[in-house]
Amino acid sequence: MSKVQLLPYADFLGIRVISEDGGSPVLAMSYSEGLIGAPGRLHGGAVAGLLEIAAIAAIDATLEEPDDPRQRFKPINVTVDYIRAGKPVETYARGVAVRVGTRIGSVHVEAWQDDPTKPIAAARMKLLIAQKGEGREEA
Amino acid sequence: MIDAPPPFNPASLLGRGRSGHIVALGADYVAHGEDWCELALPYDRRLISDLATGVLASGPIVSIMDSAAGMAICLKRGKLQAHATLDLRIDYLRPARPGQTVHGRCRCYRLTRRVGFVEGVAHDGDPDDPIARVAGSFLLDNGPALSVPA
Repeated sequence: MSKVQLLPYADFLGIRVISEDGGSPVLAMSYSEGLIGAPGRLHGGAVAGLLEIAAIAAIDATLEEPDDPRQRFKPINVTVDYIRAGKPVETYARGVAVRVGTRIGSVHVEAWQDDPTKPIAAARMKLLIAQKGEGREEA
Repeated sequence: MIDAPPPFNPASLLGRGRSGHIVALGADYVAHGEDWCELALPYDRRLISDLATGVLASGPIVSIMDSAAGMAICLKRGKLQAHATLDLRIDYLRPARPGQTVHGRCRCYRLTRRVGFVEGVAHDGDPDDPIARVAGSFLLDNGPALSVPA
């Protein structure tokens, strides 16, 4: 899992990689007061942030070469479904790459707390993948 | 005479003495109208997704849009009352420019008895050159109005 690099925003949310399941990293987001939205519930944006990071990590994990320029992603869009209220406890997420082509990565990702079969939120995310030999500005 | 509750003021939920995710992100209240609210997120290196470019992660934009949407719903309802986000879709039109404050404005364009529908736009200085568009729906709680926590 060392190849999955989490960036400053992931640190801000308190996210780390804890394991791997079916080739996709499992992320955990520790509870902190800075994740709260309505009293006693996680903020929808914090849950969305966790889902997006898990989605990117899932695509990243499909790329073999450590310095593959395709490891640069730009989000195109994300649709988040909120299924249950997020409790103020540790939250997990794992993405499943639906398809990683040369240009587009498509991921389904779920977040859960006590029970992985009872997700609190799910999302579909599409990302542009940088092409080999392409500058980072070009999408 | 019945005392009407004071109109919902989104500014009261942010700023000094407040806590939670939006405050932790450093977001500020900007303005509101009868069915819309605008928040701002100053650039912060803690929130970037790319060390090389310094580009802001997309998650914090979702956060301010979700909060601005919730406030727009309370404004259109005329009271602080609970609701739950059902879904949010965000189109990322372009990356935010590093160093720029992101503004997010959401409008509740339709309320039914149980559901509120919201649309919104985020930009980083020029409202005519947006960085993201959002659409969302919210389940409305029809219990008693809440008071702003002290």
